[in-house]
Amino acid sequence: MAGARPEDADLSMRIDQFQLVSHVERLDLAAPTISVRASVPQDHSIFAGHFPGHPLMPGVLLTEMMAQTCGFLLLSLNGFTIMPFLAALKDVKLRDFVTPGTDLVCEATRIHDGSGYAVMKASICRQLEKKHVCDGTLMFRIVPYPNNQLRGHMLERAGEVGLVIRNGDVVEIEEGCR
Amino acid sequence: MSSTYETVAGFISEICDVPRENITPESHITEDLGVDSLDFLDAVFNIEQTYEISVPIDGWTQQVNDGAVKGSRYFVMKNLCAEVDKLIAAKAAETAA
Repeated sequence: MAGARPEDADLSMRIDQFQLVSHVERLDLAAPTISVRASVPQDHSIFAGHFPGHPLMPGVLLTEMMAQTCGFLLLSLNGFTIMPFLAALKDVKLRDFVTPGTDLVCEATRIHDGSGYAVMKASICRQLEKKHVCDGTLMFRIVPYPNNQLRGHMLERAGEVGLVIRNGDVVEIEEGCR
Repeated sequence: MSSTYETVAGFISEICDVPRENITPESHITEDLGVDSLDFLDAVFNIEQTYEISVPIDGWTQQVNDGAVKGSRYFVMKNLCAEVDKLIAAKAAETAA
């Protein structure tokens, strides 16, 4: 399924809330793959230190964007009933500088569905470009939610990024959500 | 020992950073070899990829945590390899059917 997006929608990441995915563009539970979008903010205090006179999106945050993208795919696959936690990173490569204001597309696919864990491949490109600025393999442990508060939060986040969920299943992608 | 044992021991050694000579059929993976759960999961991933099987680690761990079986039932090298051999045989039978 795919979700369209109004041109004026604000897709800026909310770095302070550690929300690095703004909108799910495409979700294919059969493949299974996901594609999401988010824009690096034009201004943010993080760029004061990273780096003075040469602002760059930190690699750890690009890695977190890949992790959150994988997370939305895994949550969608299991009907938001159990929670994926990032456990390991392999071969993560930061291939190019990412500057403030850049529109990013992150894609992820599950390459292995284990018992209580999953292995994913993810990559980030600039919008309308094919060259990866970042890619890697990520392993997740998949465990029961530690509490209902977290499950509620994840369902709320799903709505914010455009996933429409009924009875635990993602039924469509809403337009223009962040 | 079987080729499965050699393969699994190789993964445990390489991925979990355990000297190969320290691994024996009687070794308990966590208690004797000091392998933590994440490294073990990585080794299981390699086992599953190599043999194209699904190792039910969650179910095994649950049985141990519930006290239904001792940890050695699944997490001593020779027993783990016996379980892997069973899963390989089941997969072969399923494919042949």
